[in-house]
Amino acid sequence: MNQTAGPPKERPCCGEAPDRRAFHTRLTLALSGVIGALMVTPGLGFVLAPLFRSRVQKWRSVGKLEDFKPGATVLVEFEDPSPEPWAGTTAKTGAWLRRAGESEFIAFSINCRHLGCPVRWVETASLFMCPCHGGVYYSNGDVAGGPPPEPLARYQVRVRDGVVEILTAAVPLTTTPI
Amino acid sequence: MKQRRQQAWDWIDSRIGYTECFLPLLTHIVPRDARWWYVFGSATLTAFLVQVASGVCLAMAYVPAGDQAYESLKFITEQAPFGSLLRGMHAYGASAMVMLVVIHLAQVYLHAAYKYPRELNWMTGVVLFFAVLGMAFTGQLLRWDANGVWSVFVATEMAARAPLVGPLISDFLMGGETVGGSTLTRFFVYHVFVLPGVIFAGVGLHLFLLFRHGVSEMPDAEQPVDPATYKSEYKARLAATGVPFWPDAIWRDVVFSAAVVATIVGCAAVFGPPALDAPPDPASINANPMPDWYFWWYFAVLSLVPPSFELWFILGVPVVGFLVLFCLPLFCGKGHRAPSKRPWAIGIVVASLAGFVVLTIYGYREPWSPDFGVPLLPESVVGVDGGPVAQGAVIAHEKGCLFCHAVGGLGGHRGPDLSDIGRQLSRDELIIRINNGGYNMPAFAGSIDSERLSLLVAFLQSRDGGTPAHSPGE
Ligand code: FES
Repeated sequence: MNQTAGPPKERPCCGEAPDRRAFHTRLTLALSGVIGALMVTPGLGFVLAPLFRSRVQKWRSVGKLEDFKPGATVLVEFEDPSPEPWAGTTAKTGAWLRRAGESEFIAFSINCRHLGCPVRWVETASLFMCPCHGGVYYSNGDVAGGPPPEPLARYQVRVRDGVVEILTAAVPLTTTPI
Repeated sequence: MKQRRQQAWDWIDSRIGYTECFLPLLTHIVPRDARWWYVFGSATLTAFLVQVASGVCLAMAYVPAGDQAYESLKFITEQAPFGSLLRGMHAYGASAMVMLVVIHLAQVYLHAAYKYPRELNWMTGVVLFFAVLGMAFTGQLLRWDANGVWSVFVATEMAARAPLVGPLISDFLMGGETVGGSTLTRFFVYHVFVLPGVIFAGVGLHLFLLFRHGVSEMPDAEQPVDPATYKSEYKARLAATGVPFWPDAIWRDVVFSAAVVATIVGCAAVFGPPALDAPPDPASINANPMPDWYFWWYFAVLSLVPPSFELWFILGVPVVGFLVLFCLPLFCGKGHRAPSKRPWAIGIVVASLAGFVVLTIYGYREPWSPDFGVPLLPESVVGVDGGPVAQGAVIAHEKGCLFCHAVGGLGGHRGPDLSDIGRQLSRDELIIRINNGGYNMPAFAGSIDSERLSLLVAFLQSRDGGTPAHSPGE
């Protein structure tokens, strides 16, 4: 039926006047940008949210005062400051806790200041030792050997109503002022 | 019947364009000399497909949640039909992929196939290489046993060292301020969506560029690359001597890929998947974090470099390494390709390989780590069963000396062997060394009383390198 339509009408080859085409080009680009922004912005906000969350620090109780023998260094476990409901055991974190006096305590992070591996307290040698690259610390947390650049980080500890509490802190502790 | 089939195929072919679009790709002409040297790229792709196939299956049972991931892995390994085999394939496939991508990279570098006009082939390849390493690393964390959890600590600690943005990067990686529930879900997403997405896109681009510029020829010392004439000369040579990729060249790729897949499945069937470590618990200190074997060299580097250089290594190896590799063709995109004309290239590959092997062996033997499992020295090593020397041997164990020093073949290797220390140092020198410590050795002055010190010294003085009464095994 096209054959019967006669000669085509006078108009630019591709159907649109130049300024109309330019407008459509701009419109397409701008709307594509809007589509992209609408899709990506909530996702970016969601993914980057942890960066802007203010750091919470919480006091977590780790046991009764009388549970700790003076002078002994023991491993205590407590819940991290912002546990997810699905975290299970991975919401736990730990510290080396020493009763230094009647109600004075020192708590060391279990993370080596070199690269964060778990340091062990070797009671008989009075040393903290790291299994990863051989970092060694004295009982006061100072570096005794190996690659760690700084002493073990310490947590704040307090005793309230006969209960020992530790102030949680964010990891990596190397970069966290506590 | 035959005609019917032909008709049906023609119908499909005219719509999907097999003959028009895909066949020319398959049968494109490649240089005749593209022989066994060239099989590593396709084998890497095949290993990736093994990872996709096994990974998709594993993801059907794996639960990426802090409290269930470990249990789901145990289920996959111990109960699910073929689960152990699939986990094994995924683990050995990862090793194969890392190995093959490195060999492919080294071969392309040695033959300078990154020169004009294939600079972008190389650059996309370098991105793929790092994506593969990222897959290997994130995959190790998804195992979410004690080792996996502690690896996150190490990763975030390293990332946190970056100036200014370090803490932000570590928060981003962990999905919060500590390693916990959101860390695993994040790593799952990196491993299953983000990095595979990068790899799929990268492989697509890599292959597109391969077809666009053609497979590079084996280098010829007489044919340095000159961008002005290269393309026309390459075309002429191809027209004169080239062969179609299918089937004249591809059979080698398929033979080698078949061997790779057979090896992966064979290893998975014979050796099984890597054993799961203890359940994850950031509060448990009895872990001995160790990365997968292809990262041991880096583990060794981190132990060996002096602390003042460490930051340079932690940030330098990944970041500068990437930049140098990525930008390489921009600086030397023309000229000779033949290894015989590029002694530096050979030197770099040989030195890298030697460094990798030596550091990997070091990383495996971990001579820098205290050996926490050292038993008390037996009488056969001590030589006596009572008196000060025997008491001193007990103190050497208690004080952790043996974690780092070996005596009579027993003990750690971080510090020097003490088997003949009695001949090397006098009593006073021993006392000074124990009290004051030394390079990498703690000072024990504050934690040992004089009586125990004398016993320890008595034991050490008795170590004169002579053979013990009995061999340690007795
Ligand atoms: S992480 Fe402790 S010494 Fe490296």
